[in-house]
Amino acid sequence: MSGPGPFGRLPDAVESAAAAREAPPDPRPAAKPSRRAGQVIWWVVFLIGFLYFFIPLVGTFAFSMRSQPLFSAYAVVIDDPQFAATLFYSFLIGIITIIVSSILIVPTAFWVRLRLPRLRPYIEFITLLPFVIPPIILVFGLLRSYSGDPFPLAGSDFGSNVLLVAAYVVLSFPYMYRAVDTGLRAIDVRSLTEASQSLGAGWFTLLVRVIFPNLRVSLLSGAFLTLAIVVGEYTIATFLARPAFGPYISLLGGNKAYEPAAVSLISFGLTWIAMGLLSLIGRQSRQKIQIAGAH
Amino acid sequence: MTAATTSPRGAPSARPGRRISWAWLGIVPFVLFALAFLIAPTLYLASGSFQNLAVAPNDPARGSFTFQNYAQLSQPNLADSYFASIEISLVTAIVGGLFGFLLAYAVIMGGLPRFLRPALLTFSGVASNFAGVPLALAFTFTLGASGILTPFINALGVHLNIYSKTALELAYLYFQFPLMVLIIAPAIDGLRKDWREASENMGASAFQYWRYIALPILLPSLLGTVILLFGNAFGAQATAYQLSGGAINIVTIQITRQIRGDAANDPGIGYALAMGMVVIMGITIAAYAFLQRRAERWQR
Repeated sequence: MSGPGPFGRLPDAVESAAAAREAPPDPRPAAKPSRRAGQVIWWVVFLIGFLYFFIPLVGTFAFSMRSQPLFSAYAVVIDDPQFAATLFYSFLIGIITIIVSSILIVPTAFWVRLRLPRLRPYIEFITLLPFVIPPIILVFGLLRSYSGDPFPLAGSDFGSNVLLVAAYVVLSFPYMYRAVDTGLRAIDVRSLTEASQSLGAGWFTLLVRVIFPNLRVSLLSGAFLTLAIVVGEYTIATFLARPAFGPYISLLGGNKAYEPAAVSLISFGLTWIAMGLLSLIGRQSRQKIQIAGAH
Repeated sequence: MTAATTSPRGAPSARPGRRISWAWLGIVPFVLFALAFLIAPTLYLASGSFQNLAVAPNDPARGSFTFQNYAQLSQPNLADSYFASIEISLVTAIVGGLFGFLLAYAVIMGGLPRFLRPALLTFSGVASNFAGVPLALAFTFTLGASGILTPFINALGVHLNIYSKTALELAYLYFQFPLMVLIIAPAIDGLRKDWREASENMGASAFQYWRYIALPILLPSLLGTVILLFGNAFGAQATAYQLSGGAINIVTIQITRQIRGDAANDPGIGYALAMGMVVIMGITIAAYAFLQRRAERWQR
């Protein structure tokens, strides 16, 4: 790269094109010192990003250390039966969500690719709807629809769990569909289908023993993203009155001083683990978009 | 399936016709699920926005058709919630978008050490998903009334009210700019070295390269992602609720108040607010999808 750092000049870019044409070309000898100057700017940008990223984490850690003795906030949290119970509940709901979502999405994406390519834009549109309908609207829609007859799901514990899983499956649509569709593009669906059918396999065998195993990597990347979103999700879990991890952290935040800091960091660590596993898998697959959905 | 490929050309048209009529059955489970748990509930919510729900449950007027809920949206309090949401989303989308772009560019093209690139992308994956209650708490512990950094920034003469829009914007940026990094990185990767070299060989300055080559190619991605960031902030609820204790007046919290509030609530208005939000989000996502499609022309 030669010439001044491009962003030294970016603000100029809004000026008129005429001015640009009149601008004299940069003299070549100026290249070296300004490249170094450009690099300093990039380091500054990086440093700001670095600080922005770590200051809240360090602050939270320092806050959790205010409780005496050191690390006692963490000890209290880990001893709290509610902590383990809500985390386990959210994790379980996350796993069920991933299973249900896979069972719905994989055959659909496979079938659309094989037999109904013309419907693909419509299916894709449905999977993108959760971005248009944010969790806060989705949960009130579900509550309004399933609070009374003929499907009073919200009235019972089991029914509310069903609604929670259903809502999370909906939230997972964009990630799961995208991951699976990308995965299907990489394998030759038609040949695999014809090969297994000429060997006598039915649709069920084909899906379970050929398609699913071939999509392992894509499914895992969709799954970890889903898990990262589902395990601290607050809005939907709260309004469905579920004993989940997100509402637990919020409740703790209202009642305790240092423990919430500890839980926040633990929650951050969990996100980190999910994303770390995702990027390990991602080295094999091409997961392009990771859009968070549970803010 | 295999039968179809072996059938002779010019087979009776009845066959493909029948095949198509059965093939759609394969997507029925998915479509039914989406209808039951996404589309129908949203439509039913929409129907509520046209009902009079402000009266007592046993009042005969309850549930009667009305446009009143939408008319109420011009109330200062409700209109303000939209303005505040739009302002916060716009600010965090533009600032987060610009900074995220600079950061991604710094790591990819800025000549920084190679290992920083995968590190930044992993951090971004984590940070863009680190949102909601824990994020709000982290900002409270750092910048809140008894936060770790608060004495220092107060000493500098800066007083940040953790319940303010500015504080919320600072918190939103924590997931906004990493998302920008994640989405814009492939677009920056798509800027090929040959283009730069070719333009230099033809005597173009760095400014001309950016003005006539790089920026036009990146523009759809940049705009599209900034729009996506807007939607990302617009739909957020948990972070704002936790950070401000429900005190800040933005749409998602106003919806919560109207549908679930203790006093002076009106679910009908809440549903109307929600529909306004769906319209804004729909426009946002459509614009994003359109620009992303244009951007993909230059990416392989």
